[in-house]
Amino acid sequence: MTSEIIPATLDKKAEKKTKGESTFKRVSIYTLVRLVTMMVTVTVSVYLTILIANMGGYMDVIMRNEIRENTTQGILLNPAFRNLTTDAKKELIAKKIASEEQRFGLDKPFAIRSVIYLRNALTLNLGRAINMSSDHGSKMVRNILLERLPATLLLTGTSELFLFFFSVLVALSLSRRYGSLWDKLVIAFSPTSASPPWFYGIFFILIFAAIFKILPFGGLVDSPSPSNKVLYGLSVLKHLILPALSVVISSLFLSIYQWRTFFLIYSSEDYVEMAKAKGLQSRDIERRYILRPTMPTIITNFALLVITLWTGFIITETVFQWPGLGITIFRAIGFSDTPVIVGSTIIYAYLLAITVLLLDFVYALVDPRVKLGTGGSK
Amino acid sequence: MTVLKRNLRELIRYPSAIIGIVIILLLLFVAVYALVTIPYSEAVGKWAGGEAVWYQNPKYAAPAWYNWFTSKKQPVSFLVKTADGSMKKTVTPSDQDISTMDIEYSFDYQYDSPPQELTTYIYATFADKFPFTSISWVTPDNRTIRIADYQTDHKLVVRFSQEPKLQKRLKTDQVMAALFQDPKSKEPKILKGTYRLVMTSTTFEKNSDVNVELVLHGDLFGWAGTDLYRRDLLLPLLYGTPIALAFGLFAALGTSLLTMIIAAVGTWYAGWVDELIQRITEINLVLPFLAILIMVGTFYSRSIWLMLGLTIILSIFSGTIKSYRAIFMQSKESSYIEAARAYGAKNSRIIFSYLIPRMVPLLIPALVSSVPSYVFLEASLAVLGLGDPVLPTWGKIIESAESDGALYRGLYYWVLEPAVLLMITGLGFAMLGFALDRIFNPRLRDI
Repeated sequence: MTSEIIPATLDKKAEKKTKGESTFKRVSIYTLVRLVTMMVTVTVSVYLTILIANMGGYMDVIMRNEIRENTTQGILLNPAFRNLTTDAKKELIAKKIASEEQRFGLDKPFAIRSVIYLRNALTLNLGRAINMSSDHGSKMVRNILLERLPATLLLTGTSELFLFFFSVLVALSLSRRYGSLWDKLVIAFSPTSASPPWFYGIFFILIFAAIFKILPFGGLVDSPSPSNKVLYGLSVLKHLILPALSVVISSLFLSIYQWRTFFLIYSSEDYVEMAKAKGLQSRDIERRYILRPTMPTIITNFALLVITLWTGFIITETVFQWPGLGITIFRAIGFSDTPVIVGSTIIYAYLLAITVLLLDFVYALVDPRVKLGTGGSK
Repeated sequence: MTVLKRNLRELIRYPSAIIGIVIILLLLFVAVYALVTIPYSEAVGKWAGGEAVWYQNPKYAAPAWYNWFTSKKQPVSFLVKTADGSMKKTVTPSDQDISTMDIEYSFDYQYDSPPQELTTYIYATFADKFPFTSISWVTPDNRTIRIADYQTDHKLVVRFSQEPKLQKRLKTDQVMAALFQDPKSKEPKILKGTYRLVMTSTTFEKNSDVNVELVLHGDLFGWAGTDLYRRDLLLPLLYGTPIALAFGLFAALGTSLLTMIIAAVGTWYAGWVDELIQRITEINLVLPFLAILIMVGTFYSRSIWLMLGLTIILSIFSGTIKSYRAIFMQSKESSYIEAARAYGAKNSRIIFSYLIPRMVPLLIPALVSSVPSYVFLEASLAVLGLGDPVLPTWGKIIESAESDGALYRGLYYWVLEPAVLLMITGLGFAMLGFALDRIFNPRLRDI
């Protein structure tokens, strides 16, 4: 769980650069290979999710109960069937249930059923929710979840990007003057990163919303929401401050500390000493001799950070009533809405994979070993 | 061993390490105290108890130490009973099986507002003839107010503010204010001093007996306050300590040991074993950790041990395995391993006696620093409503506070108490781990 700075290990047997291959081709081949690997990975992980969800046929049982409940209610309440005798009704219900179960593929053995589930999951055909519905009234799990995605992306995107750039920049400047007061402060504060974002969220709500009453307790916009687009945006921004701040604060100091240490280790390399001896400006040294060679590692670690942050948003969103994916999961737990829980797990798997893939692509752009075709990234 | 000793001696040079160690020792002490004084069945039973167990506590009462920080003192709740002698009972037998019992309790009331409620619970044992009880109230300025007279059934509950006759006699429905305020003062002011509750019971049978409990519901209660179910929060705060520590330590230990062993095995055997481990790690990175815990929690069981096991399994194949692998790759090539191979050491011997021991210096700080994240994980699950169904834990306090809107309603103590404990635990381990990291990690030593 602790995200350490992992120096990217160099492949020892560096192949000789093959002539004639363009950088573009290598990067795209690399990305393509990563894309295929990632698709396989996602398939496996989604299948695992389904296996866990369906262990002991639990999903089937819920599905069956649901079908029985709905069909029985549907027939008993339907005025068209009112005149039927009790036996005839029973027969009709049994027949209807059997056909419904067949429609859902429940009569097939588990091996086949799980493949059906897998295909459905991968194509985001996530089924219908039991109790929940989207704001537009749709019962489709996909609609419920996709409707929530923008809010989650807004929160994760702003806080993670800010966290990343801010901590790398601060770390660079701290590594230049290590031992200073600021440096010591960051070191002293870094154990505070032991607490997750939601934890800081509680304190921020307490301070800024409950006591000082300057920021809202939670939610996405004021209610009633402003009709003017600019005002709407400002209102969202106001609501974004606290959740984003808690995400940032919860990892900020440790992140800065780790980058700073990492940069310090790299700035004691011989070639940096050499550059200093040549009398280069410290800005140039930083950019060309420290930042450039450490870029692949920085990106790898950013990917790991993002992954650990992703899941943390479930509770942060709940604490702040932020209408994203996380709070939907939370509500689904409350309703025991199986399809929604499974669906959101799958969506999370997808999101993680996309994040990793994106960062992999950036990695390919900055890693000279990919560009020059000297070995892989691992 | 000497290396370890030298490192430990070096630890004392770091103030953060000392603070961390002190915090951890304190927590361990509290954990042991809680486990010794509160048996498991009692902790679980009381926590699930509800009104039947906690009926004598006020709802939403802040902890008593609030008064230390405010100029306006709020009344603190208390409970006394004749059964354990905290309330005085004198029995005077007279002829023909009739006896009189004088029950009295006097207390000093130095608060600035009246209590919420005064209640007496009267328990009588008799065969046919009901005992007769009369209750009266003596204020510091020696006014005597008759509260009620009752034929006492086996259990009789007298809530002072809901006694219709008393309301009529005091000519107000604000009974508490009338009982505690100074009648001479123009504006409502509490009369401070010693109040006395005097009860006289007359029993008419040989083995008939009367026992009384007196409960004052103030605005404050005990060391930790109470929640919406009147539960004393001290119980989950105390009992949550061993649970949090156990979860954090077991998870951290299990995860880091297994990660290290798997990384070592993978690097040593190389080939398909290594490849498999790498692939599993990549898949695991894409598995949404918390979402899967949530799924298992909702579908199967919320037992804390299942969650612990699952956490360990899902955390083994994390990014850490990659960094361990990178380090094992280097030590695999070192000459002492080559020597071991040359004299024909078995694979398992090389892995467990030569490869892994060299990594212990890296393992210890990582282990200690990862404890907080697991302690918080347990709390996070509880906040999501997926905490262990029976155990009282810190996270469950936060959960019930959150769902009851404690922050909106200004009931800060309810959230802050478990939160501060969590924070202290996290800080303790993080600070120690941090210092350990700087000591054991030679690359960080000069930085």
